[in-house]
Amino acid sequence: MTPAARLYRVRLFAAARDRVGRESIEVPEDGVGTVGQLRAAIEQRYPELKSILSYATFAVDQEYAAETTPVDTDQEIALIPPVSGG
Amino acid sequence: MIELTYAPIATEALLQYVASERAGAVVLFLGTTRGVTGSARTRALDYEAYEPMARQQLDALRDEALRQWELERVAIVHRLGYLLPREASVAVAVSAPHRVAAFEAGRWLIDELKERVPIWKKEHWESRPASWVMPGITDEVAPSEPEQLAIETSDEGRSDD
Repeated sequence: MTPAARLYRVRLFAAARDRVGRESIEVPEDGVGTVGQLRAAIEQRYPELKSILSYATFAVDQEYAAETTPVDTDQEIALIPPVSGG
Repeated sequence: MIELTYAPIATEALLQYVASERAGAVVLFLGTTRGVTGSARTRALDYEAYEPMARQQLDALRDEALRQWELERVAIVHRLGYLLPREASVAVAVSAPHRVAAFEAGRWLIDELKERVPIWKKEHWESRPASWVMPGITDEVAPSEPEQLAIETSDEGRSDD
């Protein structure tokens, strides 16, 4: 028996959460090793997030990440739509 | 003093926190909820945060301000949840020996907060659907309707001074 594929769990907030209707989404690990690859994988699985994704950034373990930042499935990952605090 | 709260902001507590014998100036900024923007009326704002990261980012802003200017103390409180027009959503208080540093740091802190801190507001308008404010795009949350994108005509002063 092969072990179950590992999944990225991505926390959603604000408009992204409302768009999908969930507080987090899952993306299989295959072929995803950077934030940029994760972004593309999310867009493919959740096309309703496409418009938000084009303006969103990601946070990995509560730090803003670049497209080239490596990601691992045991990290806390969040999709950060354009912020509007203050 | 860095805080996220669902309660009305206690400005007196902020002012007491930043008070110092070495301060010749105290600057307090309040971001308040506009009920009227042009011809549109807002019933309420609803703020949400990625709380642990928002606190970290606010801590970092405070630390940066303390390094960049000669300050005594910095306090930042951001309110979450539903706010009615006129209520304060954010308070930044800075004390310093001299007023130039207090004004500059105060302004810098709110400007940076609006760019960096993972907090979002949803605007509940009187006569159109509620929308999450997202600088760069505006998304109307209506899952059953075709996706619509409206570009905000101006990001200036969304709930700003």
